[in-house]
Amino acid sequence: MSSNVSDFKTRATEKAGDLRHRSVIRTALRSYEIVRDKRKAAFQSWESARQAAAETKWEAVNHLDKHLEALTAKLEARGTKVHWASTGAQAREIIAQILRDKKARSIIKSKAMTSEEIHLNDALEKEGFTVVESDLGEFIVQLRHEPPYHIVFPSMHLTRGEIKDLFLKELGDAPSDSPEELTMVARRVMRQKYITADVGFTGANFAIAETGMISITENEGNARITAALPKTMITLMGIEKVLPRFSDLALFLPMLATAGAGQPMTCYNTMYSGPRQPGEVDGPEEWHVVLLDNRRTELLADAEQRDALHCIRCGACLNVCPIFRNVGGHTYGTTYSGPVGAVITPHLRGLQEWKHLSNASSLCGACTEACPVKIDLHHHLLQNRRNASASQPSFFEKLAYQVFGIVANEPAFWSLAKKIGWLTQPLQRAIKGSALDPAKAWTKTRDLPPQPRESFKDWWSNRK
Amino acid sequence: MSERNNILGRIREALKVSAPLPGLHGDTASAHRSTESPASHAREWLPSVGASSEEQVALFAKNAADLKADFQLFASRDELIIALIKLRDTEKWSRVASHGGGLTNFANKALGLPVTLTDHGYNVQEMEQCDAGITECDALIAQTGGVVVTSRSAGGRALSVLPPHHVVIAQRGQLVSDLPTAFANLQSKYAPDFPSMISFITGPSRTGDIERILVLGAHGPKKLTILCF
Amino acid sequence: MDALYLRAGISMVEILERLGHKVICPNEIACCGQPPFNSGYWDEARTIATPVLEKLANAEAIVIGSGSCGAMVKKFYPDLFKGTRYAELAKQVAAKTWEFSDFLVNKLGVTDLGAKFPHKVTFHDGCHGLRELGIHKQPRALLANVQGLQLFEMTEVSCCGFGGTFSAKFPMISTAMGEVKCTAAAETGAEYIVSSDSSCLMHIQGLLSRQGKPTKTISLAEVLNTQ
Ligand code: SF4
Repeated sequence: MSSNVSDFKTRATEKAGDLRHRSVIRTALRSYEIVRDKRKAAFQSWESARQAAAETKWEAVNHLDKHLEALTAKLEARGTKVHWASTGAQAREIIAQILRDKKARSIIKSKAMTSEEIHLNDALEKEGFTVVESDLGEFIVQLRHEPPYHIVFPSMHLTRGEIKDLFLKELGDAPSDSPEELTMVARRVMRQKYITADVGFTGANFAIAETGMISITENEGNARITAALPKTMITLMGIEKVLPRFSDLALFLPMLATAGAGQPMTCYNTMYSGPRQPGEVDGPEEWHVVLLDNRRTELLADAEQRDALHCIRCGACLNVCPIFRNVGGHTYGTTYSGPVGAVITPHLRGLQEWKHLSNASSLCGACTEACPVKIDLHHHLLQNRRNASASQPSFFEKLAYQVFGIVANEPAFWSLAKKIGWLTQPLQRAIKGSALDPAKAWTKTRDLPPQPRESFKDWWSNRK
Repeated sequence: MSERNNILGRIREALKVSAPLPGLHGDTASAHRSTESPASHAREWLPSVGASSEEQVALFAKNAADLKADFQLFASRDELIIALIKLRDTEKWSRVASHGGGLTNFANKALGLPVTLTDHGYNVQEMEQCDAGITECDALIAQTGGVVVTSRSAGGRALSVLPPHHVVIAQRGQLVSDLPTAFANLQSKYAPDFPSMISFITGPSRTGDIERILVLGAHGPKKLTILCF
Repeated sequence: MDALYLRAGISMVEILERLGHKVICPNEIACCGQPPFNSGYWDEARTIATPVLEKLANAEAIVIGSGSCGAMVKKFYPDLFKGTRYAELAKQVAAKTWEFSDFLVNKLGVTDLGAKFPHKVTFHDGCHGLRELGIHKQPRALLANVQGLQLFEMTEVSCCGFGGTFSAKFPMISTAMGEVKCTAAAETGAEYIVSSDSSCLMHIQGLLSRQGKPTKTISLAEVLNTQ
């Protein structure tokens, strides 16, 4: 068993029994569910909107080469520098080189999961650059030296009391544990950092091929300031982020907001088409857009699961996932957690090393139902399981299912197995939950149902 | 250049096998494909907006209030100016930031305060100290209760986010019904020479990052006031 | 189901017979093959599922009591047999397969079975029934006509945590999910948790009895078969 699996199991077991964690997450997500349902109900047809969004992303991803070429041509025509990175290492080097060329010292960042994916902050800090996360949730987890807990709500696992203590310790300033006052502390700290930062760094939510734009969605205004004040701006985006047309945003922006946070629209949705243009009063002199592959093309090559690249990172599938809600975001040990993480991580980082994420699911399908772009998430978990056992079967499991197949196909064996099960019940009770119990995994916390003497089949044959 | 070719090459190789049509869970039978864009009927699925312009004004007012933005509609420009002056006095503004424009010039003059104008460049620290940022906008959207600003129409990129209070001066004719209309209008107004920033602002800056409790003014303005005549 | 939840099966047969249908239960069918399928062992799943398909080929309609097994036959058989010589047959069988409550309500048009169950209940939607087969209104329509029964909905629609082999591979996650479910059910004040899915009930009952909770579980078919 690889250490990923055992780490996952250890952390999952610990968190699943952590009642405090369970109640913090449940409370936060209950309020999310209520507003999300209200916003969804405001749509004249949420289902038609989902289908159209799915078809639009299908069109985008299945003609990705053309859209990327159109996007970059438009961006470059207005003075943006476009870089291509096949790997995380290449992207890190491109970004570090821009910083060196600019003789930059400090970087202000707005939220970007792609930068988590390539562990950008670590690399830049090792080179001596100062990196500050400006999104409040990201800022909080950065102060705690931990990765974001959730792709949209990075600090949802923390209570106001913990955040107050953190601010006191790290910033020496926390008047109370009121969310309002704590937010104002962060606002004050950040203002000066914006003004002195040499480089602003952002992620991207959508890229528009038709008009050559990057669209950024946020609530706080930190990305807006990041893209306004520093002289140099860098944007890192996964190559799958394209949408064909400007008008597609009219559908995607409200859907992202509704699915992700139960908002009609996120507070700021901003489309950038270049650095400061002639006649404009502010904005960066230089804008670099880094396009990241990092094995997305491998997922693209799997036609069966290609739709996983439709993901708009809204986080809805995490919010509804009973696994995520019980084990928490950090347990996954991946940048992208929850159902979408369980689907794509085996593609992005190795099937055998990460297949346990696809196994750790009851396949309830809540994710697929929640996904605004209709990604077939829970069926992809099944396909990952199939692919994993085809390329590297577990000997015992395969054998067990072969024996099970023989027993199930032969009525005499089936009824014998049931008889044995019934006869040994006293013994089963005696060893229940102990190390001797073959069903220990079940019986440690749960009882087995009593097995009636007569089975349905017996009843059936007797009444004839 | 070579990584570009590598990536595009891998994409083309991958796309040689076609993917099942979306959203049908592998069932291709009932898929419809037409030549128009899948999202072209978005208007029919998004939240409804009402037919008359009165309904749309009312919807805008309701949505703005839900977002905790302050929307005030006036019968004339003079009434608007009176309200703006009242705002100046209750909030004790001592300096504002703004940009030159048909609507803002009038407002700034009436205010009679020192103004940091962005038109020919500005000092960031100075703008940071201003009590309000006063801008025009490109559109108000009834469907969302939000406004559209651009780097060209609203005094650059920073003016609408840096000061703690963003005041938008708008005219009733700028109200559009829904998002598809707003996008179509931007395209016909600007394409292909778009302002380098187009921002859909839907309510004052907010965060829920502490226990998912709503706090206004995370980084951007705590207050958004939309004055319209 | 065969071995552990016979009362649900008996109730189903008795209800269908009362409605004048001839019920055949092929003696050789034990399992639909979902455990190996869900674990990724599709070859092994086919070994079990192929004879099932053959036995079901000639039935007029196939009624399955468990939403999960129903989803397997109706939704996943076509996937499992895609590209094999059974592909067509799998589609045909899937087309005439019904989940029990769906069969009663939408095929037979029956919602009132004259049952009487004077208790407070809450209904647990098995995930496969709910999301793969769209079973939501049907059981509620049936319960609405049960005399004396009061239905209290849970505020949270969530998985009970069973998930087949998942419950043994990740027991603590599965248990936590089950606890969340039991809490939500207890919050409604119901005496019984009713479900059409016997595997969910087995999981929920297992937790309830271990924790000594008073809430009981019962299958939808049994409730409908009360007089
Ligand atoms: S997979 Fe779907 S639901 Fe999950 S984050 Fe991506 S878009 Fe949202």
